[in-house]
Amino acid sequence: MPGPFAGFKWLALVNDWSVFAEGFIQTILLSALGLTLALGLGIFFGLLGTSHVKLFKLLNRVYVEFIQNTPLVIQIFFLYHGLPHLGIMLPVFVVGVLGVGVYHGAYIAEVIRAGVESVPKGQLEAAYSQGFSYWGAMIHIVLPQAKRISYPPLTNQAVNLIKNTSVLAMVAGGELMYHADSWSSTNLYYGPSYVVTGLLYLSLCFPLATFAKRMERKLEVSS
Amino acid sequence: MIKVQGVNKFFGPLHVLKEINLNVDSGEKVVVIGPSGSGKSTLIRCMNLLETPSTGQIVVDGVDITAPKAPITKVRESVAMVFQQFNLYPHKTVLENLTLAPTLIKKISRDEASESGLAFLERVGLREKADAYPAQLSGGQQQRVAIARALNMRPTVMLFDEPTSALDPEMIQEVLDVMVDLAKEGITMVVVTHEMGFAKQVADQVIFMDGGTILEKGSPEHFFTNPEHDRTKLFLSRILR
Ligand SMILES: Nc1ncnc2c1ncn2[C@@H]1O[C@H](COP(=O)(O)OP(=O)(O)OP(=O)(O)O)[C@@H](O)[C@H]1O
Ligand SMILES: [Mg+2]
Repeated sequence: MPGPFAGFKWLALVNDWSVFAEGFIQTILLSALGLTLALGLGIFFGLLGTSHVKLFKLLNRVYVEFIQNTPLVIQIFFLYHGLPHLGIMLPVFVVGVLGVGVYHGAYIAEVIRAGVESVPKGQLEAAYSQGFSYWGAMIHIVLPQAKRISYPPLTNQAVNLIKNTSVLAMVAGGELMYHADSWSSTNLYYGPSYVVTGLLYLSLCFPLATFAKRMERKLEVSS
Repeated sequence: MIKVQGVNKFFGPLHVLKEINLNVDSGEKVVVIGPSGSGKSTLIRCMNLLETPSTGQIVVDGVDITAPKAPITKVRESVAMVFQQFNLYPHKTVLENLTLAPTLIKKISRDEASESGLAFLERVGLREKADAYPAQLSGGQQQRVAIARALNMRPTVMLFDEPTSALDPEMIQEVLDVMVDLAKEGITMVVVTHEMGFAKQVADQVIFMDGGTILEKGSPEHFFTNPEHDRTKLFLSRILR
């Protein structure tokens, strides 16, 4: 009986490379859009968290705690299986973008909040005293300073987001993990399929993680 | 230029400003003194609405800034503030610190803002530091840059909140010199400071605050020769030694 990594299984994979390529491209698209959404939500809810308005703070807490303390799989299932019962049918790609976007948005909100709170209060006051509006002060004065300290944890979130797109496989998400799963469940060539898939994720995540590490070290040196 | 009328300020249960009335004429130099916690910072921070008075009215250059829909960002363009901790923008060069608000807020062209910015840097003796970052400057130099940054907004009023009290002793004078030089112009200045030498040199009016009220006001001579209240005498004897 041939082993799980028998040569002909690799050949079969090479033959069907376009299946994996399609999944890989979907994963990249999903990650890019999901990350964009996560950043938008994260910045918005993170800033709500730094507000002095109680209601805004509360909104931040509800979002962050609710999302961080329930599994991503359940959130995806809710979007995919739950929403149709409320009459909302979303294409699976949209479910994916929403799922990882909302999930990582909650983590990014905490990163942004910590980053903004690390900027001394005097910076916002100086900006106000020169006639800046809240948003003007945020965009030109506070966020550029918060960015420095937020970059490494933000990059880590990007890495986690990419890996977490694989959860979409559970609802036939059309991304890399799904294609790997379905390709190998028909021919049972699991070995090469998962090795290649793992390497493809690695090729996306490793450079990002290395970048984050390097920046973290740079920040340590400069502070 | 600045009219403070019946202003009260509460922080929770804390009554920090009590029925403050104060007039600052155009071009006048007012020095505010008083013990720690007496409300000096709160008072001048009310003048550009960094703190909002709980009750009362403040009119700056004819604009009631305490009115519900006051154009406060507009007013702030001409009321500059210099802080104890300088609060320069650390991610910008010295010159960028000077040009950021003029270009973004006042919509002055970059060239024009740079040109006037360099002139103000020259005036505070730091033109050669235009491309440095704030962290590369000494405290005294940073505060002079902060003053130049304020000036590049072409303000009509300048508020100073203890501009020299975070500085090492040997750097205090270089900042005071710049401020004395500035006081020769028509600009209105409100300065919280305990530098009585500076008060003597430039102040038209000295205000002594205690426990959230203006206990005594008068010329610098008045405070040096015959202060009225015992609290004032005690305070002055402490800071003059
Ligand atoms: N944001 C705030 N929240 C609560 N209390 C405050 C706040 N700002 C100031 N206070 C309190 O108000 C009082 C007056 O403070 P303020 O800073 O105006 O005094 P000050 O005269 O400037 O003192 P110092 O010489 O120490 O700077 C103090 O008791 C201070 O603790
Ligand atoms: Mg003070």
